[in-house]
Amino acid sequence: MLDAAFFRQWLTSAAALVDREAERLTELDSPIGDADHGSNLQRGFAAVAATLEKDAPTTPGAVLTLAGRQLISTVGGASGPLYGTLLRRTGKALGDAAEVSEQEFADALRTGVDAVGALGGAVPGDKTMLDALVPAVDALSESFGAAREAANEGALATTPLQARKGRASYLGERSIGHQDPGATSSALLFDALVQTAEAGRE
Amino acid sequence: MKMLINVAETVVADALRGMAAAHPDLTIDVENRVIVRRDAPVAGKVALVSGGGSGHEPLHGGFVGPGMLSAACPGEVFTSPVPDQMVRAAAAVDSGAGVLFVVKNYTGDVLNFDMAAELAEDEGIQVAKVLVNDDVAVTDSLYTAGRRGTGATLYVEKIAGAAAEEGMPLERVEAIARQVNENARSFGVALSACSTPAKGSPTFDLPTGELELGVGIHGEPGRERRAMMTSSEIADFAVDAVLEDLRPRNPVLVLVNGMGATPLLELYGFNAEVQRVLAERGVVVAHTLVGDYVTSLDMAGASVTLCQVDEELLRLWNAPVRTAGLRWGV
Repeated sequence: MLDAAFFRQWLTSAAALVDREAERLTELDSPIGDADHGSNLQRGFAAVAATLEKDAPTTPGAVLTLAGRQLISTVGGASGPLYGTLLRRTGKALGDAAEVSEQEFADALRTGVDAVGALGGAVPGDKTMLDALVPAVDALSESFGAAREAANEGALATTPLQARKGRASYLGERSIGHQDPGATSSALLFDALVQTAEAGRE
Repeated sequence: MKMLINVAETVVADALRGMAAAHPDLTIDVENRVIVRRDAPVAGKVALVSGGGSGHEPLHGGFVGPGMLSAACPGEVFTSPVPDQMVRAAAAVDSGAGVLFVVKNYTGDVLNFDMAAELAEDEGIQVAKVLVNDDVAVTDSLYTAGRRGTGATLYVEKIAGAAAEEGMPLERVEAIARQVNENARSFGVALSACSTPAKGSPTFDLPTGELELGVGIHGEPGRERRAMMTSSEIADFAVDAVLEDLRPRNPVLVLVNGMGATPLLELYGFNAEVQRVLAERGVVVAHTLVGDYVTSLDMAGASVTLCQVDEELLRLWNAPVRTAGLRWGV
């Protein structure tokens, strides 16, 4: 079972990974976007980590809801509302249980991913974060490791796609040949999930 | 890339502190990033709130003041502001007559303003929204995020701002804002990429001897790259791109807008060519504005916006305005 401490640790790990990878995310964002994805997420996740340290909610649902609200309030751009909605809706779907099973988490995360799709009006194949999130949540029932693998593969598979949503869509065919920064940052969430689970087992 | 900054993280806050010092008739909340006209809320007047990423100055903060915006929310560089800023701005300027959000069509701006509108309505503020999407360089909206909002934003903010100043109700101000957007089209070209403070180097590679056609205002490359053209050839291309989409029967307002790093000497020269093309195509010009209004940091290049106006829109355009970036009649 997964408790509030697990989810706090997950987001703290995610913040550390985003911090480490910020430059690479910004680099990916410069040929097809506006070169700020890394710095924006870095600012948002740092705020999430700080908030969770100060105010430590006691249920998994409350941890994710608070983190989502914090992202919306600090990131801006499209990634603020999208990542914020992902965590808020997942948190809401978890309700106020003190502990949740891995399957319950997988189901709740699917609700969150669906909400991201609805908000952005995107589907897999549009070269967005959904290209990592959807396969990852499909694989999550199997294991965290499988989800990580699926997310990373999904992110890599965005390279040959033509963007149809977000700022990269303005490039038309010229968006082909670049890995999507949003799918790449989404994959980091699953890296952090595996890290957190492994740390818990030690 | 050398920049006149301290560190990338404080660029926006530093600029707001400096803006506050230069413009005492604005109230600038540096911490929460909201720029408000000092006399707000004005009793009985509809308030206009806009915002977007920083790096497009004077848009939007430079257009706050009597006759134009009531408040503006600057986001991080090229990043839309967050809903908290917009709600704070709406609350600061609402007199009870309602607030019009002027939103440029970018995914981030749209999502954040949508969230803000919901939150503001929860607080009892009546909110209407207008989406600016004038960029004809984005053609196929089925497979893109839709046309970008660029130069027409200035026309929407000025003309709807004048309508609000005259005391028109929210519904009417919103309708006028939509009318302006529907009658305005833009096309932009870049001669060089811009450099964001966070990255510190050009966001895309544009070799000497080439230019980007159909460029946006965020340092995103355009749709097509060609060998460098003359000012005259660029004017033909840009104006025709606009006229292909907007076939004005009435006079037009012309905005020849600099992207940030193109001097007025070149912009005026370019405007001469723009006016020549318009005359050749039989388009009557009611008013022309030349300068840096909707910029893209240090990008070199220009955009052309045409806005078809009837008598009412022209009257509202000519109405007095007193802001940092646009000022006449007062």
